[in-house]
Amino acid sequence: MATQTIAAQKTAQSEINYLNHARGLKSWLLTLDHKRIGILYLISVVFFFIVGGILALLIRAELFEPGQTLMTADTYNHIFTLHGAIMIFLFLIPAVPAVLGNFALPIMIGAKDVAFPRLNLASWYIFWLGALTMLVGIVTSGLDTGWTFYTPYSTMTSSGVTWVVLGIFILGFSSILTGLNFIVTVHKMRAPGLTWSRLPLFVWGLYATSIVQILATPVLGITLLLLALERILKIGIFDPALGGDPILFQHFFWFYSHPAVYIMILPAFGVISELIGTFSRKGIFGYKFVALSSVAIAFLGFLVWGHHMFVSGQSATAATVFSLLTFLIGVPTGVKVLNWVASLYRGSIWLRTPLLYALAFLFVFPIGGFTGIALGTLGLDVPLHDTYFVVAHFHYVMVSGGLLAFLGGLHYWWPKMFGRLYNEKLAQIAALLIFVGFNVTFFPQFILGTQGMPRRYFDYVPEFTTLHQLSTVGSWILGLGLLLVAVCLLHSLFKGQLAPANPWGAGTLEWTHTGRLPSPHNFERTPVVTRGPYDYHLAEEIFGNGHGDGGGTPAVIPAQGQAQS
Amino acid sequence: MAGVPEAATGHAEAHAHHPPYLQHHFVSAEQQFDAAKLGMWLFLVTEILLFSGMFVAYAVYRVWHPEVFQAASKLLDWRLGGLNTIVLLTSSFTVALAVHYAQLGDKKRLVQNLWLTVALAGVFMVVKYFEYSEKFHHHIFPGGNYAYEGLQLPYVGQFFSIYFVMTGIHGLHVLVGMGVLTWVALKAQRGVFSSEYYTPVEISALYWHLVDIIWIFLFPLLYLIH
Ligand code: HEM
Ligand SMILES: [Cu+2]
Repeated sequence: MATQTIAAQKTAQSEINYLNHARGLKSWLLTLDHKRIGILYLISVVFFFIVGGILALLIRAELFEPGQTLMTADTYNHIFTLHGAIMIFLFLIPAVPAVLGNFALPIMIGAKDVAFPRLNLASWYIFWLGALTMLVGIVTSGLDTGWTFYTPYSTMTSSGVTWVVLGIFILGFSSILTGLNFIVTVHKMRAPGLTWSRLPLFVWGLYATSIVQILATPVLGITLLLLALERILKIGIFDPALGGDPILFQHFFWFYSHPAVYIMILPAFGVISELIGTFSRKGIFGYKFVALSSVAIAFLGFLVWGHHMFVSGQSATAATVFSLLTFLIGVPTGVKVLNWVASLYRGSIWLRTPLLYALAFLFVFPIGGFTGIALGTLGLDVPLHDTYFVVAHFHYVMVSGGLLAFLGGLHYWWPKMFGRLYNEKLAQIAALLIFVGFNVTFFPQFILGTQGMPRRYFDYVPEFTTLHQLSTVGSWILGLGLLLVAVCLLHSLFKGQLAPANPWGAGTLEWTHTGRLPSPHNFERTPVVTRGPYDYHLAEEIFGNGHGDGGGTPAVIPAQGQAQS
Repeated sequence: MAGVPEAATGHAEAHAHHPPYLQHHFVSAEQQFDAAKLGMWLFLVTEILLFSGMFVAYAVYRVWHPEVFQAASKLLDWRLGGLNTIVLLTSSFTVALAVHYAQLGDKKRLVQNLWLTVALAGVFMVVKYFEYSEKFHHHIFPGGNYAYEGLQLPYVGQFFSIYFVMTGIHGLHVLVGMGVLTWVALKAQRGVFSSEYYTPVEISALYWHLVDIIWIFLFPLLYLIH
């Protein structure tokens, strides 16, 4: 391993940066640096994504043929529940905000750190405490309720609901503390000149997300606490056998869990804006609309939970209102998508891996969105409810929104995180495989759903075999693509070419005002911001030669902390 | 900070003097104070939402079974509840005084008022303890475990579920508040605070007011149903 090249690189690396200024496990486990905490989160969520992904492959393998293929029906219940719960609570909710947000947000606003660094580290430990608490329940007695924990089954089953639910309660604190930290950071720590209308859109996305985290997560917390108490003390709030009301649980649960989909998607929107802004060299069309539509979505998101309960027996009036509001939320979302497309239009597009992910997102996400509108239509939801149509819909939204944006963002900020480039060709092939695999996996599920294949079944009539097999083969392609991403990034980590400070010629502070790797406190001197985040008018002056299309030599970045004026 | 000789541009970052309480990532003490305060307000919002779930459960069951709530409420002792209301209100006053004296830099009165607040919170918990044990003694338990002979109605268990969960979680908040205020009081005794720096006093007082306000809602909703 210790070859001369590495030694040579070491010397090139000798400047003090956030990775080398302190070494050893302890310096990581006790770090207060938002960048290092972002990396800690990165390792954690990738770990859970691998676990959740293996479970997904198992689900798909079981569905390869009708009848029992790999596991019993009972095991299947456990597997899909764990897949859903792990993917949502341990991967998707923390993924973009806690990894990319933690790493980039303070630098993007020209701050030395988040407002409460200790709280930030605490939230990572709380995350693990919650995860381990969940694990206790899962290891001792499994979990077979579906990630939704609907009562009365969740109050009756002997599986580990109590522990898991308490674990998620704890995870909620972690999520809340991150959101709280971000809101305060954005309000109080912006660099001089960084007005609200100059905030990078990723920051706007995180800001809107944080609002939802603050307002929705406590409600999930109390709901799950009541569920745990229902099991421990028989409080009879949700359990019909004791006079409780199971529908009340659904209301409580979805009051959080619908907004929670925006916790997953809003930061993803932010990432996509960043990618499109940077790689189209044109600035975001309708910046204000894109920024404020995030906030609009955050608030509207609280008014639509009833669309998960159209068939639960809620009143026709309520259902109609929820349906209308659901349509309404399509408006700000549509505003975003159209503005992104308009941003690309006549831009000088530089097709790099991060932009590939953004384009994949632009293709996939609207399919998820439009099918969401279909499901929000009262008449259509009745036959489609709890079928594979729903499974396909939420994967189109969550995997495209969450996963593609996360991967796009990871590839985008990777050189800043680790100071190295990755193999562009390999990364593009991986992105392509993921895009193809994803669609092959989930598109057939729309058709299966309309034909009546119910969700959460481990068996099906033989007529569905072809589509199910297609879907399973898709999951292998998807898995292969993800594996390739791992190979590509790991290779970059150890052998990658050293990155310039601003390999993408991006205009936000983390690229223009830090070195190859940011210094421990980001900036020697707080930058003074004089431009918008995607202002490419002065590209040559700011990013060096090459007209900001990345074609020239890497931009000559002003020495660390030296603001260009 | 070092290595940038020409650092003194425009905004305040040439730390001519750098007070010990100012953390390195803040530009100024005001920024630090404002951040802490905003953070606490946001935290209080999450607390309100946590309780709001329980208030909704309360509203639902009360609307469905008003007569049960009325009858069950009679089993609570409004005098003890009223006493506790007065105790908490007083403690809110003392903690506000603590902030006031912190701003004036009057260490002695600051410390006095903080300990007074902790003591009043203790009184609240003692009263709660007697209330709870009296209920348990009569087999008044939440939900399905309710077994009091004196009042048997369907859904009466739900009332006591809500009573125990809400006052229980509120009580936990009181305990946490006692811990926090004790910590602040010890710091105050060591002379950490001054009229320039009293952020922990201010934000723990904010928290304590919230604990108080929630009780102000709980008391009539649970004890005073007619
Ligand atoms: C960001 C990533 C993902 C998230 C957030 C996610 C989330 C979920 C959720 C919430 C469920 C519902 C579980 C339940 O009904 O309780 C589910 C089901 C499922 N997921 Fe995923 N998932 C992700 C990725 C994947 C991938 C990559 C695959 C396939 C390779 C996959 C395959 C499935 C299948 C087949 C089901 C249906 C299980 C059933 O209802 O029988 N998921 N997922
Ligand atoms: Cu929803």
